[in-house]
Amino acid sequence: MNVVAKTETGRALGDAFAVARDRLPGKGKIAEQRREAFEAYERLGLPHRRIEDWKYTDLRALMREVLPLAPAPDAAALGRAAAAVKLRAIDGVRRLVLVDGAFAPDLSDLGKLDKGLSIRPLREVLDAGDSALSAQVIATDVSNPMIALNGAMATDGVVIEIADGTVLTEPLHIVHVASGTAPASMFTRSLLRLGRDTGATLVESYLAGEDAKAYQTHDGLIVAIGDNARLDHVRLVEDSVDAFNISSATVSLGAHAHFNTFGLTSGGHVSRYQLTVTCSGEGSKVETNGVNLINGKQHADTTLFMDHAVPHCASREIFRAVVDDRAHSVFQGRIIVRPDAQKTDAKMMTRALLLSDDAEADNKPELEIFADDVTCGHGATTGALDESLLFYMRARGLPEKEAQALLIQAFVGEAIESIASDPLREVAIATAQRWLQARA
Amino acid sequence: MSLLEVKDLQVRVEEREILHGLSLTVNPGEVHAIMGPNGSGKSTLSHVIAGKPGYEVTGGQILFKGEDLLEMAPNERAAKGVFLAFQYPVEIPGVTTWNFLHAALNAQRKARGEDEISSPAFLKKVREVAKSLNIPQDMLKRGVNVGFSGGEKKRNEILQMALFEPAVCILDEMDSGLDIDALRIAADGVNALRSPERAMVVITHYQRLLNYIVPDVVHVMSKGRVVKSGGKELALELEESGYAQFEDAA
Ligand SMILES: Nc1ncnc2c1ncn2[C@@H]1O[C@H](COP(=O)(O)OP(=O)(O)O)[C@@H](O)[C@H]1O
Ligand SMILES: [Mg+2]
Repeated sequence: MNVVAKTETGRALGDAFAVARDRLPGKGKIAEQRREAFEAYERLGLPHRRIEDWKYTDLRALMREVLPLAPAPDAAALGRAAAAVKLRAIDGVRRLVLVDGAFAPDLSDLGKLDKGLSIRPLREVLDAGDSALSAQVIATDVSNPMIALNGAMATDGVVIEIADGTVLTEPLHIVHVASGTAPASMFTRSLLRLGRDTGATLVESYLAGEDAKAYQTHDGLIVAIGDNARLDHVRLVEDSVDAFNISSATVSLGAHAHFNTFGLTSGGHVSRYQLTVTCSGEGSKVETNGVNLINGKQHADTTLFMDHAVPHCASREIFRAVVDDRAHSVFQGRIIVRPDAQKTDAKMMTRALLLSDDAEADNKPELEIFADDVTCGHGATTGALDESLLFYMRARGLPEKEAQALLIQAFVGEAIESIASDPLREVAIATAQRWLQARA
Repeated sequence: MSLLEVKDLQVRVEEREILHGLSLTVNPGEVHAIMGPNGSGKSTLSHVIAGKPGYEVTGGQILFKGEDLLEMAPNERAAKGVFLAFQYPVEIPGVTTWNFLHAALNAQRKARGEDEISSPAFLKKVREVAKSLNIPQDMLKRGVNVGFSGGEKKRNEILQMALFEPAVCILDEMDSGLDIDALRIAADGVNALRSPERAMVVITHYQRLLNYIVPDVVHVMSKGRVVKSGGKELALELEESGYAQFEDAA
């Protein structure tokens, strides 16, 4: 049975890769890397529950197949995308829009770049044949089948480079939009390189045009944070109700670098976000915060791999899941402290709030510590709303849903508070409130 | 018409009957005291009036201005003007007192078909009330009751009572955990809210509180029933002779 499923899945996509190949930017060595990545994917196929990392998110059961590549967006598609982008526009940011897996210059803002800031579409970079940069973008971890597939198929993305000493005044906002009138896949990959002594804020949003059909977003982000640099990162997943979002981010930090990331998933049918953070320079600091607000039959998985490779680094993870109806939230957080990484300070706290009897939350924190002089800890709780609090609030006149909404806001508050930028924190709060209002 | 009428109320908790046919009639302007030993069912009565889940009413009625209170959700009862000052107010971390009070007041107003109150108007109102109760402003910025002392929690209950302007106030052991100064402030707050339209039911098992909030009627409760009612002198009588004499009557 499984063999058959794998063969069918493999063949359909193998054909798709052959067909798509001409549309994939990059020749020579890049094309070679793509082929290798695709072969790596094909050997494993769609991950299933018997692969430990994918135990709770069985893509063979949930996704079944990878849809064919979306066509390049035409004027109508760009129009639909523009409307979606406008609806979720954030003030005071530099917007970079990817529609159906293609960079959309007309919807993006590439004018008047700060000195030291370079932004190019990935397609352009790959076509120009900058081999060092291309290798960084495409040749990544192929042991993870979905990251391998993303590398093989990526049609576009943005390549952002921030030169040493440059501190950006304006956040960058990468918007992924599915305009789709037909079911299709999008593959994007982006690179963000912060030089030493730099500072930047990156927002990523995943959106869909009105009436977008079931689609799959496959996205990959590669981030290198130089010595003494700081990146603030906010990620908002508001895909449409039958969408799949399979994304990864791979982040490395130099010495005394600081990475503050916050993710909110309220949209999509099935989502999986694989975040790998490596402290490779001493004295670096990582704050990873996440919130899932899901209902219906949504499935949202955040899988974090925090790698302490060197001494004197600190990491904090706060994750909150609010799960209603028959939805399923997954948080897997693995912290590894390598033998050399003495004086590591790593803490992870994950809490899930179940709003219905059929809601499900799986929390899997894992600590692997190979150094002896460290402070590490993790905790996980799962529970329902406190009935005595609800009654108190209702006795003061609040209808049940409103009382619940206040308690849910308080529950996710600690994670949202971690966002450093006031306006972006407000954006996250507004996104959470939209979810709460929709269930009221 | 009487404001609150409890008729032959029978209540069970987890298969055990706690109230065995309790009756009580409260008219506008009256202050009633309910006294009784621990475990006699005073809090149970207050919870059932407020609509707390987990209680099974197996007989009797509760009418509020002639309407069947037991048919209403707790929030509807609050909007109609029923207020319970809790014996043990809960702490709600992450929900600031400001936000909570504003949301609750607006929910009540909305349920009554009134306009919502704007933030500035609300702030002004709540600041005035807080001041009269000696509640510092920064307490209002904290999570509801989080880190409040026993006295502060009780004052916060009275603050809410003043803010919502209910028709019937039920105060469950308002005096527990209060020293004499705190008690006086709280009692002054309650007395300021006495009016010809409003009624109060003051639950306590000490006579002390009734020196500060002087009742019109005193009921003695024992083992889930009202066993005696009388004027304010009944409280003094109890103080001297204790509850033992009523235990048998029940
Ligand atoms: N949730 C409950 N479960 C079981 N028994 C309860 C519960 N609440 C109250 N009781 C019982 O009901 C009786 C009355 O309690 P209560 O109403 O709190 O009395 P009072 O407020 O007069 O001290 C007590 O015997 C108490 O143990
Ligand atoms: Mg009691």
